[in-house]
Amino acid sequence: MSSRFDRWSVVTITTAVALLLTACERENRRFSENPPTAAPTASALVVSQLQPGPAVVEPKIEAPYDDNAWAVSEGKALFNAMNCSGCHFQGGGGIGPALMDEEWIYGSDPQQIFASIAEGRPNGMPAWKYKLGTQQIWELVSYVRSLSSLNPKGARGGRDDHMMVKPPEASTPQTKPKMASTPPGDD
Amino acid sequence: MLARGRTRCAHHCWRGIVAIAVGTTLLASCKGDREREPTRLALVARPGPATTGGDTTARFSDDGQWVRPGKDFQGTRFSGLTEINNQNVQNLRAVATFSLGTTRGVEAAPIVSGTTMYIVTPFPNFVYALDLTQPGLPTKWTYKPRPVNASQGVACCDVVNRGLVVDNGKVIFNTLDGRTIALDAATGKELWITQVGNINIGESVTMAPLVVKGRVIVGVSGGEFGIRGWLKGLDENSGNVAWTAYHTGPDKDVLIGPNFKPFYKSDTAKDLGVNSWPPDQWKIGGAGVWGWVTYDPELDLIYYGTSNPGPWNPEVRPGDNKWSTTVFARRPETGEAIWAYQVSPHDQHDYDAVNENILVDMPWKGQQRKLILRPDRNGYFYIIDRQTGEVLSAEPYGFINTTTGVDLKTGRLQYNPEKATRTGETVLYSCPAAPGAKDWQPAAFSPRTGLVYIPHQNLCMDEEGVEPNYIAGTPYVGTNVKMYAGPGGHRGLFDAWDPVGQHIVWSIKEDLPVWSGALVTAGDVAFYGTMDGWFKAVDARTGKELWKFQTGSGIISQPMTYSYNGKQYIALLSGVGGWSGAIVAAGLDARDSSAALGFVNAMKDLPKKSTKGGMLYVFAL
Repeated sequence: MSSRFDRWSVVTITTAVALLLTACERENRRFSENPPTAAPTASALVVSQLQPGPAVVEPKIEAPYDDNAWAVSEGKALFNAMNCSGCHFQGGGGIGPALMDEEWIYGSDPQQIFASIAEGRPNGMPAWKYKLGTQQIWELVSYVRSLSSLNPKGARGGRDDHMMVKPPEASTPQTKPKMASTPPGDD
Repeated sequence: MLARGRTRCAHHCWRGIVAIAVGTTLLASCKGDREREPTRLALVARPGPATTGGDTTARFSDDGQWVRPGKDFQGTRFSGLTEINNQNVQNLRAVATFSLGTTRGVEAAPIVSGTTMYIVTPFPNFVYALDLTQPGLPTKWTYKPRPVNASQGVACCDVVNRGLVVDNGKVIFNTLDGRTIALDAATGKELWITQVGNINIGESVTMAPLVVKGRVIVGVSGGEFGIRGWLKGLDENSGNVAWTAYHTGPDKDVLIGPNFKPFYKSDTAKDLGVNSWPPDQWKIGGAGVWGWVTYDPELDLIYYGTSNPGPWNPEVRPGDNKWSTTVFARRPETGEAIWAYQVSPHDQHDYDAVNENILVDMPWKGQQRKLILRPDRNGYFYIIDRQTGEVLSAEPYGFINTTTGVDLKTGRLQYNPEKATRTGETVLYSCPAAPGAKDWQPAAFSPRTGLVYIPHQNLCMDEEGVEPNYIAGTPYVGTNVKMYAGPGGHRGLFDAWDPVGQHIVWSIKEDLPVWSGALVTAGDVAFYGTMDGWFKAVDARTGKELWKFQTGSGIISQPMTYSYNGKQYIALLSGVGGWSGAIVAAGLDARDSSAALGFVNAMKDLPKKSTKGGMLYVFAL
């Protein structure tokens, strides 16, 4: 009996602590630390899944803001203010490809998204590295990932200040990212 | 009148000039000799008639050929050919096909000059010359202009191209990355290339050029990118830019001079292209040109309309925003403006005025007048005196609640204040939606029936203004939009409109927007295509469906007809896309109803009804 009770309390306390910890990270505005400067290394630019010889698996760079709700919402503000939404709209795409679906032409890993934003892509994506700082790009990376629920739910937006055009990021079903199988320029 | 003209047609047509004098009504009468002279066509050494000044006249009356998307300078899209008619059109069958090698939306018309068919594809803007004298239409030559890939990032509404033109032995077309290119029609060899647009300030070119009196008329797209819109006249032989007319800014930039005589007083003040804007906003005020240019050889005036002002959100640009959404009449040689009429001052809903101005001479209230027939995007069918710019009539041809009418005394569109677009507020059920009652898809006019055949859409929208931010080379819109079917639930219409009686004569409801152009012939058959791939022939007098054929992809292009060796053919490009079809052509996600400027919400079912494609179909009896 008591041992069962103990087990339950351990679970409860652990959960509560975990929740609190996440909650802290979720709301952390990180003013006191240096913004991430880590522009992804050259490996981030690898967009082919075919490598001659044994495949080298590069360590993934974690998106510094994936679990930070404040930074993700900053990313959302930038997404609209910098006119990302003019091409990708609220994730459904238009001039540029959809960002809320499972297809990723240049990869869904944080560093790959970073490279897409910073360096641009050949079929119309502008290179933003001369307009945006590293921190802002990382915020955008996490917001873009939140569009298909690739970051923790707690950090995703739950409501929109504008006309409701899609379910909020927090209730968008997570999709398993796939590399697009259509050739660039055809997508 | 038509019957009387017919017996002496050959005589008239050889002289040519008479055809101009009588205007579009003679088009019908010229078919007789066309059918009798296929051998002449075959014997022409060069693929296009090598006429210069007489070009105007010769092409005008030649129904065997179709040398520009609008068929004639008046933009009637009417052919005098009668072999295929409302009695036998049900026997049409496909006789040739050709794959374009592209999968984006195809809006162009196949062009026929002499014994060659020319096609320009959507980005990457391949040009094909197909040999009509050989079975299977083998390729004579192919030209690849290799436009900059990044130009796809400044094309608001799919990477379309609305066609090429053949003139003086040259094939002339525009590329998405802002080049105008002239090729030798016989060999495909480059004659000249002129860079007219700059993608880094949001400029692209999607329209078909028009060649008039040695001037290649080209306009810029980018009303959603904060461009400063212009129209240019290039020298046909060298490609040099002879003149540039901006659509915002001081009069001297707009080429407004002493001969500028607009009909309405509100258009007469000095430098309205500056003064009808907040300071400096005109520099990024949109007003591009991506639709149709027509020409009246007798008055020597070109007619065209400008696009929406930038950004869409009207609250950041108080004033009339001249000369956005404006019909201009200009001299082709100098670009000088002769008159202008602003269709939708201080545009609220992206009602570009780029739609075609069909030039027709017909009686109006008992008097023979030189008129413009103009189904505008704002939902009104305008009849304008093309000598003066006076609006004679503006009656709704679609469902409208954003405006209440046009005041014919002042020419001003009367807005419904309840539907005004406001920042931070969502206005529900504004009709027509942003693409208007009719978008790019050109109407046709038959002098035999006196009717205008209007392919168009029936859509409404919810619209919210948001703060726009100008960053060169990126979209500058400032609204969220969500479209859906208008009253009745059908999204498309193919209507026959009587411009004299100002009413619809018959109307065909289509489930999907009718995004293709129209074609009408002296056989009293009208043609159009649907976005689920059906190419349809209907009786031009009754609207009765006479024939249909399912192409491989949705149809958003311009059907045309020509004759070779005495036989009439109908040709059409199939390939879904454009603004309405972007959901398929660009693989968009319909869960975001604001996608593709809100059009995706109205087209969620399209991926089940059409897939990407790019194919030429040729039909004959």
